[in-house]
Amino acid sequence: MTENTMAKPQKFFLPNPYAEPAHLQLQGLACSRGLRLLFEGISQTLKGGEALALYGANGSGKTSLLRQIAGLLPADIGTISFGDAPSHAPSHTPSRRVHFIGHADGLKNALSVGETLVFDAALWGAPKAAGNTNDLLALLGLKNRAWQAVGDLSAGQRRRLALAKLCLAPRPIWLLDEPMTALDEAGQQLIDTLAGEHLAAGGMIVASSHVPLGFATQTLTLGAST
Amino acid sequence: MSVFWAICRQHVVLAWRGGHATLAVAFLFIGVTLMPFGLGPELALLQALAPGLLWVVLIMALLTSLDRVFQADYEDGSLDQMLLMPLPLEFVVLAKLLGHYIALVLPLLLAVPLAGLLLNLAPAHLPMLLLAMLAGSPALVLLGGIGASLAVSVRRGGLLTVLLSLPFYVPVMIFGAGATKQALAGEIDEARLAILGLISLASLLAAPVAIAAALRNAVR
Amino acid sequence: MLKALENISAFYANPTRFMKLAARLHAPLWAVALALLAYGLFRALHVPEDYQQGETVKIMFVHVPAAWMALFGYSFIFFASVTALIFRHPLGHVAARAAAPVGATFTLIALVTGSLWGQPMWGTWWVWDARLTSMLVLLFIYIGYIAIWQAIDEPTRAARTAALLAIVGFVNVPIVKFSVDWWNTLHQPASVSRLARPALHADFLYPLLIMGVAFFALFFALTLTRMQMEILRQKLRVRRMRGN
Repeated sequence: MTENTMAKPQKFFLPNPYAEPAHLQLQGLACSRGLRLLFEGISQTLKGGEALALYGANGSGKTSLLRQIAGLLPADIGTISFGDAPSHAPSHTPSRRVHFIGHADGLKNALSVGETLVFDAALWGAPKAAGNTNDLLALLGLKNRAWQAVGDLSAGQRRRLALAKLCLAPRPIWLLDEPMTALDEAGQQLIDTLAGEHLAAGGMIVASSHVPLGFATQTLTLGAST
Repeated sequence: MSVFWAICRQHVVLAWRGGHATLAVAFLFIGVTLMPFGLGPELALLQALAPGLLWVVLIMALLTSLDRVFQADYEDGSLDQMLLMPLPLEFVVLAKLLGHYIALVLPLLLAVPLAGLLLNLAPAHLPMLLLAMLAGSPALVLLGGIGASLAVSVRRGGLLTVLLSLPFYVPVMIFGAGATKQALAGEIDEARLAILGLISLASLLAAPVAIAAALRNAVR
Repeated sequence: MLKALENISAFYANPTRFMKLAARLHAPLWAVALALLAYGLFRALHVPEDYQQGETVKIMFVHVPAAWMALFGYSFIFFASVTALIFRHPLGHVAARAAAPVGATFTLIALVTGSLWGQPMWGTWWVWDARLTSMLVLLFIYIGYIAIWQAIDEPTRAARTAALLAIVGFVNVPIVKFSVDWWNTLHQPASVSRLARPALHADFLYPLLIMGVAFFALFFALTLTRMQMEILRQKLRVRRMRGN
């Protein structure tokens, strides 16, 4: 969190919100979908401030791995643990420590951009310290679009809006499924900035991508062993 | 708790903008309008059949909207997010169903007395009719939610939702229409109303658990 | 890699032990079922005529055991589903799925024979008798269960969704039964006991029990055969996926 980057993000991040958990550990994870084994033997440890980039061909299981970490998909084999907290893998309890941003953005076309932010703040239990809506919109590159219907946004603008909850409710682990998709250069810059702030604050990121991710400290390529 | 109300409010806003209530109320009146064409316009006959007919039409109007209650969220990815919200999924489900009740069932209940008048019910019958429907309608939404959640991943799951929900509606229908029928005779049927309330209460406790399990299963 | 595939995706694992056991049980079970069925039907056709109902009383020997199996079938699906969910044993899902059309067919048989049996007494083909009505609702519950399996493509999700439905449906069955009984006694108290069994003396009781055991064996023979078919179908799918 430095003053000289964009200055604005600071308002949306609490001083050090990510004291816990200290790390994210994947041990011997495997996943099968339908009749196909997507991956097995995935072990990886992330500490605060580290980011893991997932690479691999379509259908190699990047999304499934992210969904497993989010607790949306139970791990067939292996464990996922957060810091000293016990593994949640066998019980299929989604973790409240993560934000998951997938291909389906969960945005409601009938709401306006501004309403989306207000609801997001309430739905994710945003702390009162979160900045005001206009600042957040400016940060996301959606300035002056508060009254526009979500249904009228372009694909890239939707991706940007979907990022709002990352800023509104701090959670230590971000799971981003191909975050760069549909984004222009400024949008990709935005992701890099947000990610940088998040990592600097001690957060962790696991992101899948087909393009190299600048903020990644580790990489994992799925489907390479077949 | 504010998360709960936010989910509920969002559902109400979306249902309202989608015009769901207007459609459901229109459906109710069209259903009632068709009845005399099939049964003949004799007022005494219509009055005698009104309790059952009104309950059937109410259930149908409700079911036509209920299949989308979780499916829209399933399709646009909101269901994933619902599992990660700072509120157990069971309560998220409850909040959405409460929103559905406010946005859809309350307008229907407001329309039912008018529909009752079309079927030759006297104004004196209407309070009891409403009371029975108030006691039974939470169960209709909660139990129908089970059917909707089981069919959530099925494209065009509307008919499946109806097929899965209707067996659960048998008791509500029996006691609801029964209590309404007693109202025609000018009696207040406390026993049936109590059973209806009991069914609603039991659904309130059991349905969110079953629905949450079905939804967790659907996002895997 | 292939080994891991079998370990992980237990649903498609090769249940060798079950298939061996099933192959051994298959023929004897069918033999017992068919022999009992033949003997039971023979005995049933030779019971003395009932002084009230005449020949039609013989429908009872199919109707009553079919109704038993309709209820037993759904209980079987329930317990198989619970087993599958709790012990994570995929065979439970296979068993539940295999039993559903069998149970539904017995339910349909109970309904049709009930209607045939009642027709001479009632003078009409269908009466909203409490037992028949509950049986009809049970048929809809069966159809919903079967429809879930057909509607969901992804097999593991279909299995778990169907299991959930089986459980909530099982809770619903006695509630439906209770409320239908209540409804029926209020509306037509006279005809409630029409379909009740006539006072059974030994001439009637033994053939009925034999038919009951025969239907029981038939249920398991059919379910077992359907389970074998289902597992073979899944093995075929795995082979195709692997491309050999």
